[in-house]
Amino acid sequence: MRSTPLSINRTGAVLTALALLFLALVLGAAIGETAIPLDVVGKTIANRLWGAGYPLDAIDEGIIWNYRLSRAVVAACCGAALSLCGVVLQALLRNALADPYILGISAGASTGAVAVAILGIGAGMLTLSLGAFFGAVFAFALVSLLALRAGRGTGAIILAGVAGSQLFNALTSFIVTKSANAEQARGIMFWLLGNLSGVRWPDVTLALPVALGGLLVCLWHARALDAFTFGAESAASLGIPVKRVYVILISATALMTAVMVSIVGSIGFVGLVIPHAARFLVGVRHGLLLPAAALTGAIFMIAADILSRVIIPGQVLPIGVITALVGAPAFALILSRGRAAS
Amino acid sequence: MSLKAETVSWSAGGRLIVDAVDLEVMPGEFLGIIGPNGSGKTSLISLLAGIRPPKSGTVSLEGRPLAQTTRRDIAQHIALVEQQAETTERITARQAVELGRTPHLGALSPWSRRDTDIVDRALEHVGMSDFSGRMWHTLSGGERQRLHIARSLAQQPQILLLDEPTNHLDIHHQIGLLELVRGQPLTVVAALHDLNHAAVFCDRIAVMDRGRIVALGTPTEILTEDRIFAVFGVAATVERDEDGSCFVRYRRPRPKLHLISDTTKRHDHAR
Repeated sequence: MRSTPLSINRTGAVLTALALLFLALVLGAAIGETAIPLDVVGKTIANRLWGAGYPLDAIDEGIIWNYRLSRAVVAACCGAALSLCGVVLQALLRNALADPYILGISAGASTGAVAVAILGIGAGMLTLSLGAFFGAVFAFALVSLLALRAGRGTGAIILAGVAGSQLFNALTSFIVTKSANAEQARGIMFWLLGNLSGVRWPDVTLALPVALGGLLVCLWHARALDAFTFGAESAASLGIPVKRVYVILISATALMTAVMVSIVGSIGFVGLVIPHAARFLVGVRHGLLLPAAALTGAIFMIAADILSRVIIPGQVLPIGVITALVGAPAFALILSRGRAAS
Repeated sequence: MSLKAETVSWSAGGRLIVDAVDLEVMPGEFLGIIGPNGSGKTSLISLLAGIRPPKSGTVSLEGRPLAQTTRRDIAQHIALVEQQAETTERITARQAVELGRTPHLGALSPWSRRDTDIVDRALEHVGMSDFSGRMWHTLSGGERQRLHIARSLAQQPQILLLDEPTNHLDIHHQIGLLELVRGQPLTVVAALHDLNHAAVFCDRIAVMDRGRIVALGTPTEILTEDRIFAVFGVAATVERDEDGSCFVRYRRPRPKLHLISDTTKRHDHAR
């Protein structure tokens, strides 16, 4: 595989990718408990974005615009951001098992959410999401501090992350068992497994800039990530300011993860599996791998959300259940095929 | 391009690994660093490459301390081939060499035809052109090492630092690789294990022992029977050719008594 630019192919690939993403969004809006024809979805979008003025059923239009489309966009952002984090962390930590939650962020978010929902911290001023965000940031700060004190090397931050995760998961369980009634416990459990039900447009205004900003920051460092192929010392000898790149990219992944977890809860497996799937599709060069992973993650998450709504009629499954149920076998397949190809 | 270390020290875990080393690398020379395991060769090479900041002292490139030079600037002039750099990524041989262009490319400056040519040439230099599409993990240790060298050549440095570059290579490739490096218009600093390689290819040899440079000079000045015994604890005979080059022949260790009498004999002989 040469990295000489093949401009025609590249433009074609970008257009195809965007078309796929758009198609996924439209399907995400059309499929659900009440199926809505695609042309109605198209007309709703035209009405809302350009004031096209098609006469439509107000309920259909409301469902599409207020519920499903915002939800699909957030799912896409979330899938893209978690996948990007996975790619970046796997490259920087040189560990194929690294995922956005390895830094203890999701565990911290859970504790934050539980603290707000059950202990009533913030006296009603804090929403569940905000609580989760603060929890995530606090956990990341603690893990970073521990990693810095533990010494250099990528092993330190992984170990610190594992320790942090255990601590915050234990805290979450402690709070839930001590203070929650049965209904609260069930609600929290549902949130912990990932849930897009409550998502509305204000969430999009947070998720979209964070995902796009994250993508740009990562793309800017694509060559630096490539340079980590043979380790941090090799990257340094290739002219990469290793410490600065670590700080920028790990902070960026922490922020992306914290925001996404605070909106939709902790959705597992996406950040681990999608990077491997994308590598399988486009190779290991980050200039291509990062956008490919973001796109695959976005589409995968929209699809998982659709499945979570239709798989049991009349009931919404936590999306984390779907991502793991679909993700684990897919991961196994990629692993075994990767073996066979080598 | 001159590279100079002035009273450079470095320690790890409370132990002094590199101890107040002064070393000036002359432009265009092939400088070998020899010494027993753990004598600080690798650490010194890292310090010279600027990927580790010295605990005290300075390393300077063209009179400018590396601490005041950006990583990118350093990498445009100094390339490093580490002893063991491995990856589990599924990259091709060519992609490994392409990494060498990193310091010359920015986030916004795209890969160009020129970069492709440079990578082609680097692959050719190490005789790996036919392997360019092969996956990294299917290559032998020697092939990987040659690709590391190709990557450092693609970096187009003026100074090449090598840490035991001939590990894993068969004798043909050991000689070929050193000959290849020697033939480049580059300043080379190489940590070497094989004293005969050092004798054949180096302009000067520095001897490291317990973090210090204990001797520095031409191969014939440095490679003496006494010094080899003192530093490596090995009995050897150094033979000299008419053209001034020298050759080290190791002798089989014998029971201690003989060894002592042997060295006494050798000392007598020297007197």
